[in-house]
Amino acid sequence: MTTMQKLLQLPVNAVNIVKGVQGVTQGQEEALSPVLTPDSGPQNWYSAVQPEELRHLRSGGTGGGGGGGGGEGSEDRSALEEGLNSVQTQPLRHDDLKEMLDSNKDSLKLEAMKRIVAMIARGKNASDLFPAVVKNVACKNIEVKKLVYVYLVRYAEEQQDLALLSISTFQRGLKDPNQLIRASALRVLSSIRVTIIVPIMMLAIKEAASDMSPYVRKTAAHAIPKLHSLDPEQKDQLIEVIEKLLADKTTLVAGSVVMAFEEVCPDRIDLIHKNYRKLCNLLIDVEEWGQVVIINMLTRYARTQFLNPNINESLLEENSEKAFYASDDEEEEDKKAEPATLAKRKPYVMDPDHRLLLRNTKPLLQSRNAAVVMAVAQLYFHLAPKAEVGIIAKALVRLMRSHSEVQYVVLQNVATMSIKRRGMFEPYLKSFYIRSTDPTQIKVLKLEVLTNLANETNISTILREFQTYIKSMDKDFVAASIQAIGRCATNIGEVRDTCLNGLVQLLSNRDELVVAESVVVIKKLLQMQPEQHSDIIKHMAKLIDNIQVPMARASILWLIGEYCEHVPKIAPDVLRKMAKSFTNEEDIVKLQIINLAAKLYLTNSKQSKLLTQYVLNLAKYDQNYDIRDRARFIRQLIVPTDKSGALSKYAKKLFLALKPAPVLESPFKDRDHFQLGSLSHLLNAKAAGYQELPNWPESAPDPSVRNVEIPDWSKCSSRKDRKEKKVEKPFYSDSEGESGPTESADSESDSGSGSASASGSDESGSGSESEESGEETESDEEEEDEEEEKKKRKKLDKTKAKKQAEESAESEQSSSAEDRKRGRKAVKNQKSASESESESESSESEEESEEESEEESESDTNVRKKRTPVLKQPPKQSKKESKKETQEMSLLDLDDYEPAPASASVTPVNFLSSSLVSDLEGLSLTDTILAPTTLAPSGSIKMYELLHRIKGEGLAVEYCFSRQPFSPEPNMVAVQIQFTNNTNSETKNLHIEDPRLQSGMRIREFAEIDVLAAGESVTVVMGIDFCDSTQAANFQLCTHTRKFFVSIQPPVGELMTPAFLTENDFKKEQGKLMGMNEILEKLTLGEKCVNEHVIVERVTATANLSRVPCGSDKECRFAGKTVSSGCLVLVTVTTKEGGGAQLTVNCEKMLIGTMLVKDILQALSQ
Amino acid sequence: MIHSLFLVNASGDIFLEKHWKSVVSRSVCDYFFEALERATEPENVPPVIPTPHHYLINVLRHRIYFVAVIQSEVPPLFVIEFLHRVVDTFQDYFGVCTEAAIKDNVVVVYELLEEMLDNGFPLATESNILKELIKPPTILRTVVNTITGSTNVGEQLPTGQLSVVPWRRTGVKYTNNEAYFDVIEEIDAIIDKSGSTITAEIQGVIDACVKLTGMPDLTLSFMNPRLLDDVSFHPCVRFKRWEAERILSFIPPDGNFRLLSYHVSSQNLVAIPVYVKHNISFREGSSQGRFELTLGPKQTMGKAVESVLVSSQLPRGVLNANLNPSQGTYTFDPVTKLLSWDVGKINPQKLPSLKGSMSLQAGASKPDENPTINIQFKIQQLAISGLKVNRLDMYGEKYKPFKGIKYMTKAGKFQVRT
Repeated sequence: MTTMQKLLQLPVNAVNIVKGVQGVTQGQEEALSPVLTPDSGPQNWYSAVQPEELRHLRSGGTGGGGGGGGGEGSEDRSALEEGLNSVQTQPLRHDDLKEMLDSNKDSLKLEAMKRIVAMIARGKNASDLFPAVVKNVACKNIEVKKLVYVYLVRYAEEQQDLALLSISTFQRGLKDPNQLIRASALRVLSSIRVTIIVPIMMLAIKEAASDMSPYVRKTAAHAIPKLHSLDPEQKDQLIEVIEKLLADKTTLVAGSVVMAFEEVCPDRIDLIHKNYRKLCNLLIDVEEWGQVVIINMLTRYARTQFLNPNINESLLEENSEKAFYASDDEEEEDKKAEPATLAKRKPYVMDPDHRLLLRNTKPLLQSRNAAVVMAVAQLYFHLAPKAEVGIIAKALVRLMRSHSEVQYVVLQNVATMSIKRRGMFEPYLKSFYIRSTDPTQIKVLKLEVLTNLANETNISTILREFQTYIKSMDKDFVAASIQAIGRCATNIGEVRDTCLNGLVQLLSNRDELVVAESVVVIKKLLQMQPEQHSDIIKHMAKLIDNIQVPMARASILWLIGEYCEHVPKIAPDVLRKMAKSFTNEEDIVKLQIINLAAKLYLTNSKQSKLLTQYVLNLAKYDQNYDIRDRARFIRQLIVPTDKSGALSKYAKKLFLALKPAPVLESPFKDRDHFQLGSLSHLLNAKAAGYQELPNWPESAPDPSVRNVEIPDWSKCSSRKDRKEKKVEKPFYSDSEGESGPTESADSESDSGSGSASASGSDESGSGSESEESGEETESDEEEEDEEEEKKKRKKLDKTKAKKQAEESAESEQSSSAEDRKRGRKAVKNQKSASESESESESSESEEESEEESEEESESDTNVRKKRTPVLKQPPKQSKKESKKETQEMSLLDLDDYEPAPASASVTPVNFLSSSLVSDLEGLSLTDTILAPTTLAPSGSIKMYELLHRIKGEGLAVEYCFSRQPFSPEPNMVAVQIQFTNNTNSETKNLHIEDPRLQSGMRIREFAEIDVLAAGESVTVVMGIDFCDSTQAANFQLCTHTRKFFVSIQPPVGELMTPAFLTENDFKKEQGKLMGMNEILEKLTLGEKCVNEHVIVERVTATANLSRVPCGSDKECRFAGKTVSSGCLVLVTVTTKEGGGAQLTVNCEKMLIGTMLVKDILQALSQ
Repeated sequence: MIHSLFLVNASGDIFLEKHWKSVVSRSVCDYFFEALERATEPENVPPVIPTPHHYLINVLRHRIYFVAVIQSEVPPLFVIEFLHRVVDTFQDYFGVCTEAAIKDNVVVVYELLEEMLDNGFPLATESNILKELIKPPTILRTVVNTITGSTNVGEQLPTGQLSVVPWRRTGVKYTNNEAYFDVIEEIDAIIDKSGSTITAEIQGVIDACVKLTGMPDLTLSFMNPRLLDDVSFHPCVRFKRWEAERILSFIPPDGNFRLLSYHVSSQNLVAIPVYVKHNISFREGSSQGRFELTLGPKQTMGKAVESVLVSSQLPRGVLNANLNPSQGTYTFDPVTKLLSWDVGKINPQKLPSLKGSMSLQAGASKPDENPTINIQFKIQQLAISGLKVNRLDMYGEKYKPFKGIKYMTKAGKFQVRT
């Protein structure tokens, strides 16, 4: 028996206890169910067993021939009664759980909660436990708490009043310093569907949307649709939050907020403009699920903002070609567009943003997630120029190896695509061959695709393949194959006869279904050219004796009636036979008999007059009113009476008119008006909440809406700054750079420039609606220059002079292309640089560098290792070189690099050498700050990494707490920062920007470093007032090209400065700081802490304290003051015999005290 | 997005339900049961079933239907892929994904589902993150937990959740540092009656088991990367690096994962390692049929073909089969008409064969369909495409890991038409 069952079962004694109390209830039960076995014992037992279990019993019993007998029957009954019983016995059962929940033992509570969750999982009602459970919402045990949350979310809607009791707990949770707790509080709070707390939720979401932790912000994004579905009136406020979160630059948030956008305000496409480029660029690093949502949304966005990339090609190509890929409405569109376009004759130029989207989604075709691949595929199908769509075929074919459900969906989409773009899948024809082991639905879909792909060249192979399918054991599949053959035959004239012959052969098949299906298909084929095939019709007429499938019989009758002139002898005979069996036929067959009779009457009334009368008379009294109606109607039409009106004159025309041949169409035709990959497409019906894929606009809307202004770096506000980052990224983010027009992602006017200057001016035609049109048409290039210049001014102050001439624009183009290339890699690098907190700055060298540096920046450590020394060697002295080497090593460590003992000895050297460098270069810059050399750090100072060189694109930044007083502001902590430029070009304008600090914290920046030459290091000192907290100081480190988000978090020991006290003073102060302010901790000294000296060393290494003289050699005392507020910190370590020790910390600030105790404990026990 | 999830077992009972938004009555599954009844085979249930107010998207794995209820437009693959991910996670946690395992661990299952979806939108699906949030149940941990009262639930936000390598947790430590890579190739082929190949392609995967301390950065290069035509990567692989140099560079997740799956370009001719000689015939008018099957190695590059298993769905008219295998054992199920023959290893000197007669329903006409023969086999130490790993390097950590690479070729969907 499974543990779950055990869980759910009552302990035996519990049942017994319950029994007494149950007396009354039992009485009721018995009254309710007379069939119930009188013995209540086993019944209790059953009620505890899961119903599934019982159903097994039952099915087993009945399955065995139903011979279970009376005993079994009553068991069945008791199982059926189970539902009733459980309702009645539940309160009793739950008393047990309630007791457990009320106990103060966590383990009991946990056990109870587990049982309750198991009940919920089985779909049992556990709502009456609500009050007992909700009490535990503030339980300390995190697992209990989680399970309570599960319960709460499930039942809060039913018990709104009681649920309110828990709200305050969550509100407290929202303020918790642990981001996980904040997030989960918000999650639960927003999941509780109680309308009364809507305002609280709204507030919580708003607050969380600006939380420090991206995880909490993500949770806020998730909460938005929840609130929206609970109270749609909040929509406007929620849109504001969405707008704010859309601006978020972390990948974690992006997917979730777009999800919220799609659910709350999918029509507010204007919110996307400013974030479009950022989303494109972040895409590759967003988690898979987010990627799907973003790509689907961007597809819609692109359809509203860009021009149809195929508009010109469709014009150039002839109509015959058109049929391949253009649906009717598109053709119409084309026709409309034709005169206009012909008049203007402007070549299509793709919007760079359009290109950006296509380019950034392409790598995702390699995703392991089928949904992502499908999303990219549909994006390409809907948005890409015809020539480029082909790349998705390979990925889609790959998906067909996946689970059958995935295959099913993919094949549906391939079927739709293969109608429009047949060429794309033709190379993969064989991948759609059918195996006998495929599920039927997959087989049918593959057939569909094969049929769509059939053309003159491959039809013979396809038909051969079809032939084997016809022999399959799966009859549904055979029927589908026959239909497929029919469709191939109608589409491809050359093989029509072959197919027809093949199908006729099938008429002698033993399986009736096969024959019937063939008849239906043959009928359709014959309709196309009846004259040549009267023998086939004769053959079929003979078959009518044997075929029973109504549809097939009806088809044969119709054929004979329609072409009775070709078979004048047989037709009346068939009618005779049919008249005999008329009453036994199915309705559709009866209708066709009437038809046949009417047609024969008109062509050959001599032979068939009586028969027709007979049939019509039979039909007159048929049960089906359709048939009665038809008979009456036909009689009036064909049998001339004196009253018969004008119509009978036309009877012949009516019945024997030439019928157009049916067109056998794919059921997937025109399905692509639904966005591919969507549920609506799959079902071929609009699903709730489906957003139509808009048609391409006639002329492109103003593309400048996507521009995000590049603020002046020196004085941008923090808010702007963040936006700036977004602008910048697209700039860097791309790779191929294959085609000119696609290059510049930054401004719309650039678009024309790359595509050869000739077309440049043409392009402006489209933009002529925009305000700046005048200028633009005049000289695209000039403006582009201006644009470039603007950029340049901001970016490359120094190189400005270089570019003014026309040709420079071109070189610019290429360099910016390269820029982008590199940026992409940089993005990649960031990804790859793993956990390393570090951020980086791109060195200026990258701006001008060639292939070499490009490859280098690409995080290939091998290449790097080999190259850098070669490049750097000549100018540097040997010392530098050795340092270089060590840094190469650290590059390999990529992330959470903890200096191992070996490298620890290296670091100081490193440090010193760098300070020498800064002596040479940095002194003049750091006028307000103590010269780094005077800091003279001891060898034991620990370096922390601020920016890893890989993340920083060659710029490595480390920092340490120098423990020197920061002279400009005595209550700041001095942080010494060492920059190393590992690239082979200069980095300029190193400075700090946009500090984001906790309230009260302040930062004193170091002076800007103008130039950091390649391979050089420089050390500066900055001051941070941490307000005696260990909260991190976040800020941006900027170079002339890039910005990196970094943060410095101080260990608690660095928040203090040594204080010099005498022994007496120490004792006096210690006496003041008793009680709450004193923390005592026992510890065992680590093996190496053998003597006083080591202890002193360890403590001072951990915290910036000074030793206080002490009489006893068993005691070490230390004193310090916190830097910011000057509170005393007193530490006493008393050693005891046998390695034991006691640590006492006295400090007014309890938080600092506790943290310090922890750190020192760790240091001493190592 | 995903409203609710119901787990339905093979006998059609709902044994678990989970709701992420307001509760959807389980009666919605009636539509699913209808479809289930209509389907002739369990795998023929349409993956997407529309109902008046909801859409049901289901996935069949391990004889359990995972039925997701959704209410509005969502890409169906999104849901399907997610459901498969759920199954993979369960498998990862409990070793197997069976009804019993899920029932035994119902609380963990519930906690997992709670973490994986928030309001129907996937939240944490990366196994490394989940394992930090909810520890997988082990016997030892259960015992410890009952004694100490500690829990399976992590209190801190998993480091992966915020990091740029969400697939790897920090602070991994092993005493033996090992990295194993299995290159497994599967041959999908259809062979026609005469023995000629209609279609054959090679699909391969590289499964890795990496147990390395810290944050290693691995690169894996191939001798002949051009063979790979189409690839899909684990998110950890740096795409650009592959594009530029055809080198796999990645920071691996901890534990087992699929690094890469690939398709060998169709330009290369696929070596077919086995051939089948068959003669399956039914004579008109007689109630007997002949059955002869001989297997032999073809292009195996000198390696032995092992674990050969032949199966065939015989026509419905066949009542019984009386066959004589030269090696191995065979079974014939008269109900499903499934013949399977466990051959074992093919000895090139003495080819395995299966001969005998089949008895047909008396009086019934000769079945006109021909059974297809499905073959499974394994060839150790061979990647049939010729793909070879050149070298594996590790950067970023100082120790020397133990590296291992194993090749294997298997039959994928290998089918012989008769």
